[in-house]
Amino acid sequence: MLRRLDDFSTQTVRISIDDRTVEVQVGDSVAAALLLSGVTTTRTTVVSGAPRAPYCMMGVCFECLVTIDGVANRQACMVKVEKGMNVRTQIDRHPGRTT
Amino acid sequence: MISLQSLMNLDDRYELIVIGAGPAGMAAAIEATRNGVKTLVLDENGAIGGQIYRSITTATPKRLAVLGKDYAGGAELARTFTESGAAYLAKATVWRLTADRELGVSHDGMAKLITGERVLVATGALERPFPIAGWTLPGVMTAGAAQILLKASGAVMGPKMVLAGSGPLLWLLASQYLAADVPLLAILDTTPRKNVLRAIPHLPGFMASPYFRKGLGLVTKVRRAVRVYKNVDKLRAEGSERVERVRFSASGKEHSLELDHLLLHHGVVPEMNLLRSVGCEMAWDEEQICWHPIASAGGETSIPGIYVAGDGRAIYGAELARFGGRRAALEISKSLGAIDGAAFEHLCAQLEQESRPFIRGRFFLDRMFRPRREHLTPAHDALVCRCEEVLGSTLHDTIFRLKVLGPNQLKAFLRSGMGPCQGRQCSLSVTQTIAKLRGVSPEDVGAYRIRPPVKPITVGQIANLQTRHKRGLECLQ
Repeated sequence: MLRRLDDFSTQTVRISIDDRTVEVQVGDSVAAALLLSGVTTTRTTVVSGAPRAPYCMMGVCFECLVTIDGVANRQACMVKVEKGMNVRTQIDRHPGRTT
Repeated sequence: MISLQSLMNLDDRYELIVIGAGPAGMAAAIEATRNGVKTLVLDENGAIGGQIYRSITTATPKRLAVLGKDYAGGAELARTFTESGAAYLAKATVWRLTADRELGVSHDGMAKLITGERVLVATGALERPFPIAGWTLPGVMTAGAAQILLKASGAVMGPKMVLAGSGPLLWLLASQYLAADVPLLAILDTTPRKNVLRAIPHLPGFMASPYFRKGLGLVTKVRRAVRVYKNVDKLRAEGSERVERVRFSASGKEHSLELDHLLLHHGVVPEMNLLRSVGCEMAWDEEQICWHPIASAGGETSIPGIYVAGDGRAIYGAELARFGGRRAALEISKSLGAIDGAAFEHLCAQLEQESRPFIRGRFFLDRMFRPRREHLTPAHDALVCRCEEVLGSTLHDTIFRLKVLGPNQLKAFLRSGMGPCQGRQCSLSVTQTIAKLRGVSPEDVGAYRIRPPVKPITVGQIANLQTRHKRGLECLQ
């Protein structure tokens, strides 16, 4: 579990993560907001359904793909939180390629 | 700094376009605008600073205290950049660069093509792949990721956190956690013992460099407070839904630690997908165990008018990235006729002298923290390609049985490197595995071919793309 240092920045916004309202700090990336809200798995893989979570936090591993405001496969670490944002993890209980 | 808000504010042409607002990019923009060069800086993040000085302009006093002097030192560079005349667009993704220096830029759901008479690629580095078993489990991250969480969100991991690997960043992160009063469970130092012998010839240069005192103080402080296992190998992360423990061998003895977070790090390597996509020539550097773009002293690549500076050129750290950025900007200014030959010579000589002590220190660091060979290629039960989930054993078997010559041929058999990360997490491991099994140099094996778009862009953005001479999908040809 991640926690925040006792900091002086207190500007917060509310976003929704999988229909749960959470308060996060302005300046957080969506990936940081997910981790700080206790979300451990942010997606399952399309190949085997294995759980994944943010790994690099800088836009190069593409593990943190989530759905933001209806747009799928956004890089959560590259998007800053905004008031009222709707974030959905991409966890598929019935994985497997469907081509 | 002229802070731009949208693609609409971008001109079609700039004398210089800098990609990346880290130390190299900022230093280059400052120098270029000082010489009157019309400069645009594009950066993917929400604020200037790059990775090393991430969130420097908004850091709270507490965060500055925890992150240390070197980080805080970035504030002055950021301020000078802010006071410069460069145009700057944040959250701008460059997904394409051509040999005639046309850039595809996307921002806020829109895309545009613009041209630079000169282009400086200052896209920095990414962490060297660390393909051990279990490195894809939630809870396993890079040390760099932990630093980003600390800088941007003031967030720390715990209570049971283990750092594993080798290199200055590992010790820096540990010291920052200690400064924040956050305990670490252990450090698993994978640095091979024999590195010391290889590094000793460069010790005098290191001792004379600014890195010496800083590094020594850091390591001493951390060693006093944290349990350090030395000479670690056979590293593996285990767990079902997330990481639960790490197993390893330290000086021949087996260990297992229960944990919540495992942070991996064994150095950084240049991020070169953009330069590869435009066809810049690359050379294998056996000292830094990665590819470097071939470039002149001033940073010009094999493609005329396209320059590279900072850790995207070679791993020399933030201080030298500044010098490199300035040096490239001087070269660019001269080539555009913005400064004369005498001023150029004078400033270059001054830069070279100032940067020398830092360069001497780096040789020692490269050798001292050379990664353990077994961690450069995947173990049999480790995924090498995280996106397409290709196991090390599959990689070995396929290369061996089908006599695979190079990474591009391998794509057809295994799809490795064809997932969303576009090979960023497996390219080096795949090249080195093929080289090892073929018994040749990575230079002979080559790397994945990279094609635009080098960052994700929606079909809608491409379809709506308009310029004077090209429309929509033509731009990808």
